[in-house]
Amino acid sequence: MTGEFHTSKLDDVLNWARKFSLFQYPFVTACCGMEFMSVAAPKYDIARFGAEFPRFSPRQADLLIIVGTITERQGPALRRIYEQMCEPKWVVAFGVCASTGGFYQNYSTMPGADQVVPVDVYIPGCPPRPEQVLDGLILLQERIQRGEGHNQVSIRVEAAEKKARKQGREFEPPLVSIRALPPRSETKPGTENK
Amino acid sequence: MAKIVLDRLAAQFAGGEILASGTEHGDEWARVRRDAWIAVATFLRDDPATKMEMFIDLTCVDRFGGGGPGAAGNDPPRFDVVLHLYSVSLKHRVRLYCGAPEDDAWVDTLVSVWAGADWYEREAYDLYGVRFKGHPDLRRILMYPEFVGHPLRKDYPKEKRQPLVRRQTGMPE
Repeated sequence: MTGEFHTSKLDDVLNWARKFSLFQYPFVTACCGMEFMSVAAPKYDIARFGAEFPRFSPRQADLLIIVGTITERQGPALRRIYEQMCEPKWVVAFGVCASTGGFYQNYSTMPGADQVVPVDVYIPGCPPRPEQVLDGLILLQERIQRGEGHNQVSIRVEAAEKKARKQGREFEPPLVSIRALPPRSETKPGTENK
Repeated sequence: MAKIVLDRLAAQFAGGEILASGTEHGDEWARVRRDAWIAVATFLRDDPATKMEMFIDLTCVDRFGGGGPGAAGNDPPRFDVVLHLYSVSLKHRVRLYCGAPEDDAWVDTLVSVWAGADWYEREAYDLYGVRFKGHPDLRRILMYPEFVGHPLRKDYPKEKRQPLVRRQTGMPE
């Protein structure tokens, strides 16, 4: 029985609401910021996906977008920003620098923001095109709907642990695996509008 | 190219303070003995024929066994502090070198001559570990205080990282 979870219809509804009302906190440190502005501007219009409202306080945001190079010196600040966000929360690494450090391989640059905060979706590109960002956002929305955001999983684990302790059972944290997404070629060419 | 600045320096400092000098691509350079660093800088600033009012840049080079321009002898100083000056009124510039050996890496501070040298010297100290004697506030400026070593030295390992914070793996977040 340990490590099993139940998701209800209520979770489905909540997750549906969450995925279309992401409040983002853009942690912009570098040139990717220009591309982020492009995504937010009317031409690409991230508002179509319900994520149009950047909050400049992490306490009002649930999606941390790490845009640009993270240096070792910024690590504690980034970690604190993440910890200040309300749960459930999600993190997107925008561009190769935030994902892996990119072409910076030196004493000052952190090799990927996931060294200090968990990351749900990595968007490659230097900088990524707005289409890639929208693709990444849709990927995240699918993940939110299935309840597989890193924080959604940990909230469930904590709840299960609490329950087990209440019942006096041993609790074994489950091995969490993120399901692979269905292949994108599911939609056959020419059938998009059906 | 007329060597205005070098001629003035040679006339003023005849006691071996100028170790070497030359012109390259129309610009003049001189290597200064370490104990004359402040005197040469002050003279270049105040002399009516040179009038170096503008402090352009101060940085450092790790020669690591090579030795810079004009560095004579079998044991050239490992570090060269490089100073760029410009005269706004006379429109000429000069580049000055001052060597600092590895085991005794210090150079006198120029903050009293040009106040703008303050942060440049802190940067050179931070990244190369050359100390500036008499500097009012010689702290790291780019790296964090916990950082050990000086990252632009050529013997600093290329891949070495000194993280301030790392995520704990195996914990649900």
